[in-house]
Amino acid sequence: MKSDAQSGDSAREYKVLGKRPIRHDGADKVTGRAIYGADFQITGLAHGKILRSPHPHAKILSIDTSEAEKLPGVLAVATREDLPDLADKIANLGEGAVNLAHLGRNVLAHEKALYKGHAVAAVAAVDAHTAREALNLIRVEYETLPTVTWVLDAMQEDAPLLHDDVYTDSMGQRGDKPSNVSTHIHFEKGNLEEGFAEAEVVIEREFKTASVHQGYIEPHVSTALWNADGHLTIWTSTQGSFTARQQTAELLQIPVSQVTVVPCEIGGGFGGKIAVYLEPVAALLSKKCGRPVKMTMDRDEVFEGTGPTPGSFVRIKLGAKKDGRLTAGEAWLAYDAGAFPDGMIGAGSMCVFSCYDLPHAIVDGYDVVLNKPKTQAYRAPGATQAAFACESVIDELAEQLNIDPIEFRLKNAAKEGTRRVDGPVYPRVGLIETLEAARSSDHWKSPLEGPHRGRGIASGYWFNIGLKSSAAANVNADGTVTLIEGSTDIGGTRTSVAMQLAETLGISAEEVHPQVGDTDSVGYTDVTGGSRVTFATGLAAYHAGLDILRQMKERAAILWECDAEKVTVEEGTFRADDKAISFQELASRLHETGGPVVGRATVDPAGPTNGFGTHIVDVEVDPDTAKVTILRYTAIQDAGKAIHPSYVEGQMQGGAVQGIGWALNEEYFFDDSGRMQNASFLDYRIPTCLDVPMIDTIIVEVPNPAHPYGVRGVGETPIVPPPAAIANAVYRATGVRMRELPMSPPRLWAEISRHESA
Amino acid sequence: MAIVREQRKRLLTKTQKKTHVTTKINGEDVEFLCEPHHSLLEVLRDVLRLTGAKEGCNNGNCGACTVLLNGSPVDSCLVLAVEAEGAEITTIEGLADAGHLHPLQQCFLEDAALQCGICTPGFLMTAKALLDKNPQPTEHEIRFQLAGNLCRCTGYDKIVRAVQHAAERLAENNAQSST
Repeated sequence: MKSDAQSGDSAREYKVLGKRPIRHDGADKVTGRAIYGADFQITGLAHGKILRSPHPHAKILSIDTSEAEKLPGVLAVATREDLPDLADKIANLGEGAVNLAHLGRNVLAHEKALYKGHAVAAVAAVDAHTAREALNLIRVEYETLPTVTWVLDAMQEDAPLLHDDVYTDSMGQRGDKPSNVSTHIHFEKGNLEEGFAEAEVVIEREFKTASVHQGYIEPHVSTALWNADGHLTIWTSTQGSFTARQQTAELLQIPVSQVTVVPCEIGGGFGGKIAVYLEPVAALLSKKCGRPVKMTMDRDEVFEGTGPTPGSFVRIKLGAKKDGRLTAGEAWLAYDAGAFPDGMIGAGSMCVFSCYDLPHAIVDGYDVVLNKPKTQAYRAPGATQAAFACESVIDELAEQLNIDPIEFRLKNAAKEGTRRVDGPVYPRVGLIETLEAARSSDHWKSPLEGPHRGRGIASGYWFNIGLKSSAAANVNADGTVTLIEGSTDIGGTRTSVAMQLAETLGISAEEVHPQVGDTDSVGYTDVTGGSRVTFATGLAAYHAGLDILRQMKERAAILWECDAEKVTVEEGTFRADDKAISFQELASRLHETGGPVVGRATVDPAGPTNGFGTHIVDVEVDPDTAKVTILRYTAIQDAGKAIHPSYVEGQMQGGAVQGIGWALNEEYFFDDSGRMQNASFLDYRIPTCLDVPMIDTIIVEVPNPAHPYGVRGVGETPIVPPPAAIANAVYRATGVRMRELPMSPPRLWAEISRHESA
Repeated sequence: MAIVREQRKRLLTKTQKKTHVTTKINGEDVEFLCEPHHSLLEVLRDVLRLTGAKEGCNNGNCGACTVLLNGSPVDSCLVLAVEAEGAEITTIEGLADAGHLHPLQQCFLEDAALQCGICTPGFLMTAKALLDKNPQPTEHEIRFQLAGNLCRCTGYDKIVRAVQHAAERLAENNAQSST
């Protein structure tokens, strides 16, 4: 998308942008009236449940559902027999692509169960209790197989093989035999040997991270109605109505026009509610029993059956001159993809050195399947693991060279013109500004005193993916405007999009009434992901606003009997010669000047833009228990232009606390047989409000040249720096460099003990 | 643990005679029929269609289903519906007064203390119970009281501030009404 006439300018005075109006869906959400997926009701509703594999790896020899079908109250049963077996086909879901054959096998296992919790069969019944009872009557004969749950183990020649049709794709070259390594990515820039030869200090370290879950509070839920006329309607909690429609239609081998997806309010997603799980199964059951079927996951099903983020192994080698200038970097990353290929290694490989201007670098990344649930995106998917490794080594280099960690980063920070290792050259970006803001922050300038305490800092990067968005806006006779957009609202984007339309039209945020349309009432819109909604759907709203202004100028021209080109508009007032009319008044006269005005726009901004952040954290480590307490936290981020600063801060705070959980507590525990042992919120412990302090925020605004208001996406970057920042702080508190996540008390205590006895 | 859960699920599915329960919900007398194994949350959501209380875990870990039972916050997924006999229950649907938002609700909106909003009803009910008993809580007291409610979106900062602001506003309202 070319830069528009109104170029981004942070000093520009806006009427609406940068203010903090109350969100449009607020009253519904504080009174319990908002309809989330589980709240949806329809007459004749049946309830479905899923039978899941108790084995992490097993051949499914037979499935006998006859007893279940006889249970009174059971309406339908579905198994692999009911889902078309799809040949390999890649469907582009916007943020990432999916192989439909694998997606189908994830939704209902075919020849093998590949992780504990893998869906094997489903039942619809008059109520959920009966459906659950029927699951116990399904007889599945398994032949158990050896399992593997750690990425490096899965890469071994003699590792249990998950798929006989997955061959390593190494830069387009297909391996000669089936392998758990599905992809090898290689990026190269400059001459690595030359770069390391120039270096005066070289540090090489290895890092491990455990699988963590997105941990949204709302379990997956979908209701499907396969109507008597053959039309399928799905009410669901999804990050992308259109991608849910596409996946469901492809899996069921029906045209997308036969499916309507109605997005309910969504109780968190963070990347984990893009792939379908329940939608096609509920549809199959509904088709069989002729009634709408609602399926809701229990919490243990969410942990065991839906996407964690990759467990990872990363090796980083960085070289620098004594003056602190980086000369070369090498990264070797292996990320697990869970049970099916195509995990997060691509983005991880692109992001590992994305904060630095490295003249010479090589990155090798490996996508590896193993016996865990298929990984899904989790907020800046793949970047956090990579940043934990890179930012820890950066900190160690700065320390060895006796250079302040902010100054070290400033010497090497990526800026306009820097070419990333994977190719793209940055336009204007704001990493340097976040580092400068960190340096001049009250937090950084305040001394940290006391024993067992330390301060750490780290930077992080994530793309703002562009992708497709649509918007339509109807002008009402009272001067308000109804906005219909297709981005499911996970955290207040109705408002951040509506504010951009209001600004464009010169009316107030409250005078725009936004709603999220279903797939039949709004143009195609990609997922709520990739930090794209306020950027790209906001851009669509802006263009819809320009379309309204153009039409309303014509209406003013009719009223004034002048040439439309003579009419100008500024801040909601139309003018020509000495005549003037407000937006509201002109809106009331549309019917006498030709009828309704509907503005519309679709966008597909080319090329992603970029978001950078820097976090500062103070920790205290209990010398007896090795429990880490976060004393103070400051998140700094370039938002381009903060449309609604409260919700920008909210993204920064929420991402930081998810990163704190990832750093300190969260992990999937597997027993020796590969079964998850902690599939509850009690045992998989996400941070509570007692675990964290206030999260201070500093918003930096370096306008995005690719957006008329300078917007950059802000949702994902804030989860990237925390683990590295905390590890760097823990080092200063204890003298121990933690290179494994989470830095839980037992793990940290063991390292401190080893350090002290050495 | 999984085995126990399976046994429990099986036990719970046995059909039993329904029990008649008389209770008061949001100030109104309510009667309902439930099976002995039904949780209060199930009855609120599926029988009485009060879907403001949310199910996030169904085992008392997330707090999204918090309601007030005789003034105390409880995870309604852990309360059997039959235990509501003779009790007074307040749900999120009863927090606003005749269309006027409670100061807590108002402050949650003004302070942007929700993102996806699924945990919000639970937080509001727990915070209501806190401020009813302790009108001027410290930040630590707020964090301690709210620690049974999980939020994955906000990082809690704006939730804690919203409760602080609501406490101030309630104090102002009380001061005005007493003068």
